[in-house]
Amino acid sequence: MSDSKNIDEHTGTATTSHEWDEIEELDTPMPKWWIGIFYICIAWAVGYAILMPAIPLLNGYSKGVFGFSDRARVAVAVEKMHAERLVNSEKLVGASIGTIQNDSDLLRFATEQGKALFGDNCETCHGRRGQGVPGYPNLNDDIWIWGGSFDDIKQTINYGIRAEHDETRFGSMAAFGRYELLEPGQIDDLVQHVLRISGQQSDAAAAARGANLFAENCTSCHGDTGKGTRENGAPNLTDTDWLYGGTAAIIRETIFNGREGLMPNWDTRLSASQIAAISVYVHSDLGGGE
Amino acid sequence: MAINTSITRKAITRKAIIRKANGAILPIGIICVFGFIWAVLVASRGVDPVIKPHAYMYIFAFALAIFALVYGVMQNKFVYNPYEYDDNVIKAGVYATMFWGIAGMAVGAVIAFQLAFPQIMDALGLSWLNFGRLRPLHTSGVIFGFGGNALIATSFYTVQRTCRTRLAGGMWPWFVFWGWQLVLVIAGTGYLMGITHGQEYAEPEWYVDIWITIVWVAYLAIFMMTLVKRKEKHIYVSNWFYLSFIVTIAMLHIINNLALPVDWLGSKSYSLASGVQNAMTQWWYGHNAVGFFLTTGFLGMMYYFIPKRAERPVYSYRLSIVHFWTVIFIYIWAGPHHLHYTALPQWTQTLGMVFSVMLWMPSWGGMINGLMTLSGAWDKLRTDPVLRMLAVSVAFYGMATFEGPLMSIRYVNALSHYTDWTIGHVHAGALGWNGMVTFGAVYCLVPWLWKKKEMYSLRMVEWHFWLCTIGIIFYITAMWVSGIMQGLMWRAYTDFGFLEYSFIETVKAMHPYYIIRAVGGTLFLLGMFVMTWNVWKTVKGHGDAYALTDDTPPARKPDVNAIPELALGE
Repeated sequence: MSDSKNIDEHTGTATTSHEWDEIEELDTPMPKWWIGIFYICIAWAVGYAILMPAIPLLNGYSKGVFGFSDRARVAVAVEKMHAERLVNSEKLVGASIGTIQNDSDLLRFATEQGKALFGDNCETCHGRRGQGVPGYPNLNDDIWIWGGSFDDIKQTINYGIRAEHDETRFGSMAAFGRYELLEPGQIDDLVQHVLRISGQQSDAAAAARGANLFAENCTSCHGDTGKGTRENGAPNLTDTDWLYGGTAAIIRETIFNGREGLMPNWDTRLSASQIAAISVYVHSDLGGGE
Repeated sequence: MAINTSITRKAITRKAIIRKANGAILPIGIICVFGFIWAVLVASRGVDPVIKPHAYMYIFAFALAIFALVYGVMQNKFVYNPYEYDDNVIKAGVYATMFWGIAGMAVGAVIAFQLAFPQIMDALGLSWLNFGRLRPLHTSGVIFGFGGNALIATSFYTVQRTCRTRLAGGMWPWFVFWGWQLVLVIAGTGYLMGITHGQEYAEPEWYVDIWITIVWVAYLAIFMMTLVKRKEKHIYVSNWFYLSFIVTIAMLHIINNLALPVDWLGSKSYSLASGVQNAMTQWWYGHNAVGFFLTTGFLGMMYYFIPKRAERPVYSYRLSIVHFWTVIFIYIWAGPHHLHYTALPQWTQTLGMVFSVMLWMPSWGGMINGLMTLSGAWDKLRTDPVLRMLAVSVAFYGMATFEGPLMSIRYVNALSHYTDWTIGHVHAGALGWNGMVTFGAVYCLVPWLWKKKEMYSLRMVEWHFWLCTIGIIFYITAMWVSGIMQGLMWRAYTDFGFLEYSFIETVKAMHPYYIIRAVGGTLFLLGMFVMTWNVWKTVKGHGDAYALTDDTPPARKPDVNAIPELALGE
């Protein structure tokens, strides 16, 4: 450390005369613009704290000159939103699809609300815009396991499928292998039969044996020709559309372990008008339309 | 009393003044024995399966430490030369910085790809290795592993040089070094096993927190005692910043981790505070971890390495004083801006916001002092990639400390909060500022520590510089676009006031930006590999890194008066 006042050659500024490990410091004044902006920020901060709720007090806090409150503002906005939606929401509850379709304003209200609600509640399983993923039906086609009319769709959303509700839709694809209702060999024969009726390559002899097994075990739900029945939620097995997949391996898995896909009942989570709105969206914008 | 230093120094041979450093052995030994006993208890009767692997790790570590202590004492290994700075622990710190940098950044690159292609871990048969487990591994790896080791190493280097005295505490610096590595290993493996306290950047559970506290208090004591026995009249600015970092982190860590374990032999604990009080404590911690770990700690680094590398005096002493005190006073109040529009009372949000805005200029004081110190050495930016790295780091610091106050304004935050904009902001600071200032410091430090002429290859430093810079630009621009888009999509309404987009639609829209981000992060990681190779070759003495023959001048050695017996005995 040196005691004499040193001047830095390049800047002409004096150093502080301290030195640490050959590092020195200049005695440059603080930049004026820096101090200026700092003061402006402080002034703004003080002003803002006077205008808005800011200071904790013994009992509560300073409300600010504007008396502004986020919570009060949100409460008013929510109230306003409910009021605006009230008329259309009330109209939606219990309305038939015909009534809704004849009222273009109501239809637009329902489909826009339905789309938003569908996005936040249904797309997690059914995929974006209801495109479906294995195990979760595609809602854009004309194939409906439990029915594609407005009322059928509404019923499904309200009470779910195999959900915890007395009025839920219920049908069960038994685990024929796991419960030892059929021998593994018999299941193989059944698979060949299902492959045949769905128009895929199959072993003729095995399929013939499978036809008898089908008549004994499957027709009560899937129907004599395997075209399915809606009251049991039993899919049509003769087309090319599959809920879980139509390869021999997946069909075998379905027969062996059964299927118990679950759709929750939404009546406890959404209001009647919201469920009506989703139903309108699925029926009109997606693939309902029955 | 004055001694002719040059003659004295010549007369001293290394052997003649060797000192024993056994004072620290007993307390370190006692800590390790207690830790060992607790770990054995947990291993034999621990109440949950996930704590047992940790018990075995603790047993292994403490047994190894006890063995090393006994062996060292028997073999008379714990000796030192008070005429030399304690540099071996700093060399170890440089290696650890490289190791955790690669580990932490590699995990970062993995999770960036995981966000762009969520199915990759399934495809590898590692579906349990999900984002939730890897994300804290990344953040802790880079902040506490890479950043923490860099801060400990550079603070030990700087405080010795600027105080002209050897580190205090004999073996304690080694305790801090190895203790900190144990913290990182236990915390990191815990995240992978699903052990978490659930508070961001404070994820380790209570039994890691206690160990962190012991290590950190030892670190604080070493630093303080080195300052106390300094041979310079004034304390250099770097050391104010390092000290504020060490003291404040100790306070933040202890208070935010106040928790009651469900069982003293189990991993789970519950915080003392609950609900919004817990959230407020957490973000008081979280914000000031950014403020005091990633800001003041690294400013300490900047204030030593920039003037040293540029060979120019610090721009303004007065500015350094004013911005130091304003930064540490104002920063500590800014935490509530992490909780805008939540259950936190509005008045608290207001305070968090106005303090954040007032913080803008104090933060910029560091940038001004860093950049203006280059005045008179601007030409070196063209020729010296190390100095350029340091300068660019300060520029990113300035950018991030402008963006921060901006985003803390409630009306801006209403758009930016919970979006990728926040991630972009954090990485402008983390990659641009913390990363690059550390790279610059290490590039200075390695030749100095290993007494080499220069780094093995400055061309490789040049490559590293561009890999970093381009990587960061990819990263932050992608996150700006994706974050603002995300925020706008979330708040888009139809005429009837219904949401225009579902959440999954916003996720899908971000996909291309996630790919760009992953590419940017990978470039940054690539730079880290280049650096590690360069450091290794320098240590080995290849290329330009030939060994220096001339000895360090006396002015850059510990002050001779540090040894009172010698001064008195002459």
